[in-house]
Amino acid sequence: MSKRLRDLFASARTDGRKLFMPYLTAGYPRREDTVLLLLAMEAGGADVIEIGVPFSDPMADGATIQHANQVALEQHVSLGDCFTYVREARAQGLKAPIILMGYYNPILARGEERTVREAKESGADGFIVVDLPPEEAGAFLAACRTYDMSFVPMVAPTSADGRIRLLAETGDAFLYCVSMTGTTGKGNVPLDNLPFFIERIRKQTDLPLAVGFGINTRAQAERVREVADAAVVGSAIIATIDAAEEDHRAQSVREFVEDVSGR
Amino acid sequence: MGAETALSPRFGEFGGRYIPETLVGAHEDLDRAYGEARNDPSFQAELDDLLKHYVGRATPLYFAEHLTRECGGARIWLKREDLAHTGAHKINNALGQALLAKRLGKPRIIAETGAGQHGVATATVCAMLDLECVVYMGSEDIKRQSLNAFRMKMLGAELVPVESGSKTLKDAINEAMRDWVTNVETTHYIIGSAIGPHPFPTIVRDFQSVIGKEARAQMLEQAGKLADVAIACVGGGSNAIGLFHPLLDDPTRLIGVEAGGDGVGTGKHSATLVAGRPGVLHGTKTYLLQDADGQILETHSISAGLDYPGVGPEHSWLKTSERAEYVAVDDKQALEGFKALTRTEGIIPALEPSHAIFHAMRVARELGPDKDILIGLSGRGDKDMHTVAAALGVTL
Repeated sequence: MSKRLRDLFASARTDGRKLFMPYLTAGYPRREDTVLLLLAMEAGGADVIEIGVPFSDPMADGATIQHANQVALEQHVSLGDCFTYVREARAQGLKAPIILMGYYNPILARGEERTVREAKESGADGFIVVDLPPEEAGAFLAACRTYDMSFVPMVAPTSADGRIRLLAETGDAFLYCVSMTGTTGKGNVPLDNLPFFIERIRKQTDLPLAVGFGINTRAQAERVREVADAAVVGSAIIATIDAAEEDHRAQSVREFVEDVSGR
Repeated sequence: MGAETALSPRFGEFGGRYIPETLVGAHEDLDRAYGEARNDPSFQAELDDLLKHYVGRATPLYFAEHLTRECGGARIWLKREDLAHTGAHKINNALGQALLAKRLGKPRIIAETGAGQHGVATATVCAMLDLECVVYMGSEDIKRQSLNAFRMKMLGAELVPVESGSKTLKDAINEAMRDWVTNVETTHYIIGSAIGPHPFPTIVRDFQSVIGKEARAQMLEQAGKLADVAIACVGGGSNAIGLFHPLLDDPTRLIGVEAGGDGVGTGKHSATLVAGRPGVLHGTKTYLLQDADGQILETHSISAGLDYPGVGPEHSWLKTSERAEYVAVDDKQALEGFKALTRTEGIIPALEPSHAIFHAMRVARELGPDKDILIGLSGRGDKDMHTVAAALGVTL
């Protein structure tokens, strides 16, 4: 497990503080934007940052993040480039833990052990791999344990109680709870069932819980913070970038994060 | 084998279940339901009855005497899946899975389609079984296969054009997966080939194995012996695995024919097993056409049904275990196979099995007389007339 993540969640729990986790597709909209945007997110109040590793077939993502992946791939942004962005952001003072989020095939193509080692060396803290359930994650999990990197399982509303226990045993720093059955980027998710979903998970584990998918606004993030430990916002960050003038992207993202994070 | 699932999730190192967490429960339910169904005589009886009276099985085994004479070598036999209801083998699987969906209590069906044959087959059984049907099809493929697109609409299916990525089969699968992640509680996804996460490759193979079981018995009856070689085209590979699987313990040589497109050397092709390497896509570990970074490559083939950068995991295992061999036949050669069968036998094949026909003609000459070649003729060619006309420079 990543020490940075463990310490952060421990201190947040002690202080009763809720965390904010924005997401950015690496290399979107341009390669040179990524490090600036990461720093802007931290300046706006990001506690943990998710960097999306581009993939040609992001089957759990909605149109917004699909498009961001496509734009990144048109610039040939690779997993190796993601490590470069993390290294540069750390060199420029980024303190927040970084989770690399993506799909399994680019990791497999680079080599699982190599991927985890290079991620660690670059200053990243963990992985969310959308299409790698614990049953298939043996070699990757072993590499994560070797390099003290966090493996963050996803929990869905369709996960049965026994399955949630298995996921919790696999995870270490926190669980990523998917707010609804669906892809990323669905706006105005009502979240009415979220308290029951979170309560069901809490019965199985003490791990901190982050909630993502369909969280676009400050009001939604507040509802998440009422019941969970952290709120994740992805597509709305991409949309904020798209809406901003080219020279004001970092500033717009910073302001958006300030607003939604409730800082 | 008990009512508990006894299906192996892997074929050697290939297969498995690489899926988002939201879909895990649905796959476990499907695994269990299928494990129970395959042990339930009433399920098999219902399926057999519909296969006989609705699909028109058994499909004939036809001795292609004139094509055999033209090639001057081994005897060529055709397993006539083109004569199955809706004109291709796809209905064997669509029907079986639709009956499974009823068992699961799921009233809504989604499917992806490339050439449109699986979409038509699914829309057909949904019309008959009164299930809601939504079919995802790449907008590029809708252009290539406008007749099938219209057939689906007439059958009452909602046809959703897919505009993402290369706008072909791979992207239609992505979109169908996104629908399934969203509507999993009410919806069953009828995957059209022996691909995808466990247990789909096994389910599709089992429903398609009727091809090989019938063909094997028909060869024994009509030729008095087993085929020396069995040949089928491979995109995802459902008709090929359906033909091959019942023959695995026989001495029959098995050859899968992939789409060579403009030529394997050009990079514009769909010859996954010939030119790819293992990876994970659409929930399964299998051979893929991918770049050094693990990004999936765009593919090309004259036949929309073979235009896919992955392949069923059991074929990957048959390749690495050397039980089957895989070759590529390019667009031009496929057209030659198409023309040869049409002219000599008066059978217009789909462009997909035209790849297998071309290769079988080569193998027939190599083997010489007194040998027998069995071709999986997976579908008929009506849907492809516009494509063939365009390739031959004819305006319809």
